[in-house]
Amino acid sequence: MAKILQRERLVPNIHLIEIHSPEIARKCQPGQFVIVMPDEKGERIPLTIADWNRDKGTVTSVFMVVGTSTHKLSLLKAGDEVPVFVGPLGRPSKIEKFGTVLCAGGCFGIAAIYPIARALKEAGNKVITLLDVKANYLLYWEDRLKAVSDKFVVSSRDSFFNCKDYIPRVLGDILKKEKKVDRVISVGCTYLIYTCSEATRPKGIRTIVSLNPIMVDGTGMCGACRVTIGGKTKFACVDGPDFDGHQVDWEELFTRRKSYFEDEIDSLNYWEKINFP
Amino acid sequence: MADKKELAPELKEMLKEEYSQEWRKELRKSIPAKERMKISRKKMPERSPEVRNQDFNEVNLGLPAQLAREEAKRCLDCANPQCVLGCPVGIDIPSFIKLIEIGDFTKSVRKLKETNSLPSICGRVCPQEVQCEEVCNLKKATGVPVAIGNLERFAADYERENGEVFIPKLPPSTGQKAAIIGAGPAGLTVAGDLARKGHQCTIFEALHVAGGVLVYGIPEFRLPKKILEAEVDYLRQMGVGFKMNYVVGMTASLEDLKKAGYDAFFIGTGAGLPNFMRIPGENLIGIYSANEYLTRVNLMRAYDFPEYDTPVYLGKRAVVLGGGNVAMDSVRTAKRLGAEKATIVYRRSRKEMPARTEEIHHAEEEGIEFHFLTTPIKFIGGENGKVKAMECIQMELGEPDESGRRRPVPIPGSEFIMEVDLVVVAIGNSPNPLIPQTNPELKVGKWGNVEVDWDTMATSIPGVYAGGDIIRGGATVILAMGDARVAAREMDRYLNALKRTKGKKKKKETR
Ligand SMILES: Cc1cc2nc3c(=O)[nH]c(=O)nc-3n(C[C@H](O)[C@H](O)[C@H](O)COP(=O)(O)OP(=O)(O)OC[C@H]3O[C@@H](n4cnc5c(N)ncnc54)[C@H](O)[C@@H]3O)c2cc1C
Ligand code: SF4
Repeated sequence: MAKILQRERLVPNIHLIEIHSPEIARKCQPGQFVIVMPDEKGERIPLTIADWNRDKGTVTSVFMVVGTSTHKLSLLKAGDEVPVFVGPLGRPSKIEKFGTVLCAGGCFGIAAIYPIARALKEAGNKVITLLDVKANYLLYWEDRLKAVSDKFVVSSRDSFFNCKDYIPRVLGDILKKEKKVDRVISVGCTYLIYTCSEATRPKGIRTIVSLNPIMVDGTGMCGACRVTIGGKTKFACVDGPDFDGHQVDWEELFTRRKSYFEDEIDSLNYWEKINFP
Repeated sequence: MADKKELAPELKEMLKEEYSQEWRKELRKSIPAKERMKISRKKMPERSPEVRNQDFNEVNLGLPAQLAREEAKRCLDCANPQCVLGCPVGIDIPSFIKLIEIGDFTKSVRKLKETNSLPSICGRVCPQEVQCEEVCNLKKATGVPVAIGNLERFAADYERENGEVFIPKLPPSTGQKAAIIGAGPAGLTVAGDLARKGHQCTIFEALHVAGGVLVYGIPEFRLPKKILEAEVDYLRQMGVGFKMNYVVGMTASLEDLKKAGYDAFFIGTGAGLPNFMRIPGENLIGIYSANEYLTRVNLMRAYDFPEYDTPVYLGKRAVVLGGGNVAMDSVRTAKRLGAEKATIVYRRSRKEMPARTEEIHHAEEEGIEFHFLTTPIKFIGGENGKVKAMECIQMELGEPDESGRRRPVPIPGSEFIMEVDLVVVAIGNSPNPLIPQTNPELKVGKWGNVEVDWDTMATSIPGVYAGGDIIRGGATVILAMGDARVAAREMDRYLNALKRTKGKKKKKETR
């Protein structure tokens, strides 16, 4: 059992959860994830670690409400406990001095890319942060990200931002303007990281994407999270979650992510009927 | 692996002593061997196939006391009991059986527990037909061995069901701490043995439930969860600590645990890495590793979806690749989840199937189909990336390979298409790589198995021992337990020696 210290809605449909877990807090590195189960009947869901406090022994994740288990998670309060909170899992993101690194994030990835950007900045890189939102009220953590970025850009079609396009085009523009971008890192929903990776492909800029396939155990035991990277099957939980975006078989990933599309709807309907009759 | 053809001298001595006890002599005399041989083997009551293949309740119902005593009469109480030689941990089989015959069930289970800490589990899942029952003298005489496994199960269940589980009195604490990694049968056994010696044991387990394969792999219909829970409870009562949701190598390293004050380690992390066929189309939707399929169903209770949140793909035409226990469990699970056709596709013939005879038999009764000498070469996708068919090729058996089984060879031109919508790949697991990966100084073999000295289960790192599937690859519960017994004995020695040196150091410091 792990205790929830905070659970807060950041923007519509996106929540923050802070959990007391000194052991995970002591070990976790940027790019790693945890597996959490909202209650005894819930699914095991992987969440990227968005922040931690080693002294207080706390770990923070940000998640988007999609299916029943994330719904349940979004209803928990400070003081509640979750039966499973395990990690840190996966390999940490590679952090070294690359030169100029562009960190592209969207939805839950805005938070998830934060510790990566922070570590890259600490390692002496020039960090350009590019966040993608559908509308201005979906942006969060901009202060935190600005604080670790040399340049901060938001891509959106919302007139509020004085920007007319979504991420791939904006990313392309930045790449044109910047003298040299040595690396691009992208975290967020599959479509976003896919488009980022496609935007950099013609230029051959090394692009790391954090994949989020369906997982069960998260320790390499089940193979639910298998993805094809450069023609070879890899387990995202132990070989990743970071991979070279230009090597990912995106079509397979998109399809596999939808494996339980109908079941998820059934599950939500059932849960709503029971809880909100 | 030390192949024991002969009993250890101490064991021989002990068997002889028990054998010569007065009551045993009387009992042998009371019914002559010739009469005993006439008694027919008692069949374990089981639920009928049409009923049981619709639910997840246990198939076998266990022998009632009367039948168990009748069955026990069949045992000849041999002077030279071959069965003991056939048992990987050398249980004193005639003693526990004769205690059942005289109706002293409690003593019988105590006897069992002297060598086997998990008899209610082994009684259900051990491949007795190739171990103790295979070499039973009664089999040689009449063709039908004593039902040793069923009797083992009977005694253990009797103890649990009648609340007679007895917690041994523990010696004073030695103050030494052991970290046991993995809560499978190997880890649970080490913890029990070391706790009984007064060492403080903590089990670190990656999942949220203890039991290893026994809980995430072997289904409820073969091994009910409550049996495992009782075993785990027993350990808790003996003071064993459980740290669940703790992945050693990630949450903390061996080194971290050492710094935290653990003096000795046991690695029982099992063979959790699923092997795949490595053929085209294997990542289509509807193709699972057996680990994933069984974990979704057993651990995450997908059979109660949507009450439980985890879904599982329900196939109408389910195919399971493989011929072992894992394959049988998967295919019988698919049938229970509503598959109209549930088929085993195995590349060798029936004779080579490594599954327990009883499981194959039960599967057949439940309407499982078998396709022998067949292997898929390609999976074909349909709508939405879901698997729709499987291209197969027929095989014939060639020369025996290193395992002694005849190697299957494809027959050119024999390809055919099989329609499927659910595939479970159950072709074996490899040792869990996490601990070796995070401890480069730990010596591993060709297959990623942790290397040990087979006499002591010591690894290449002092104070670190290993046993079970992590050293053998996918093997059996009883072998895991046997390894654990040896490891615990050695760890006890190690811990005691360490305590003495620690004591000496302290003395020096205070002087
Ligand atoms: C479906 C199925 C059916 C089977 N049927 C039979 C049968 O009928 N009869 C039989 O004798 N055998 C059977 N077996 C084989 C038998 O279950 C195994 O041989 C046995 O469980 C091995 O025990 P173990 O303790 O070595 O490992 P496991 O049971 O695999 O336990 C290992 C444990 O370690 C945990 N772990 C792994 N890595 C870490 C880590 N880094 N940190 C913390 N914890 C970790 C795992 O989560 C797991 O709980 C079957 C296996 C399967 C999969
Ligand atoms: S070999 Fe068979 S008959 Fe002889 S003691 Fe063992 S179980 Fe009994």
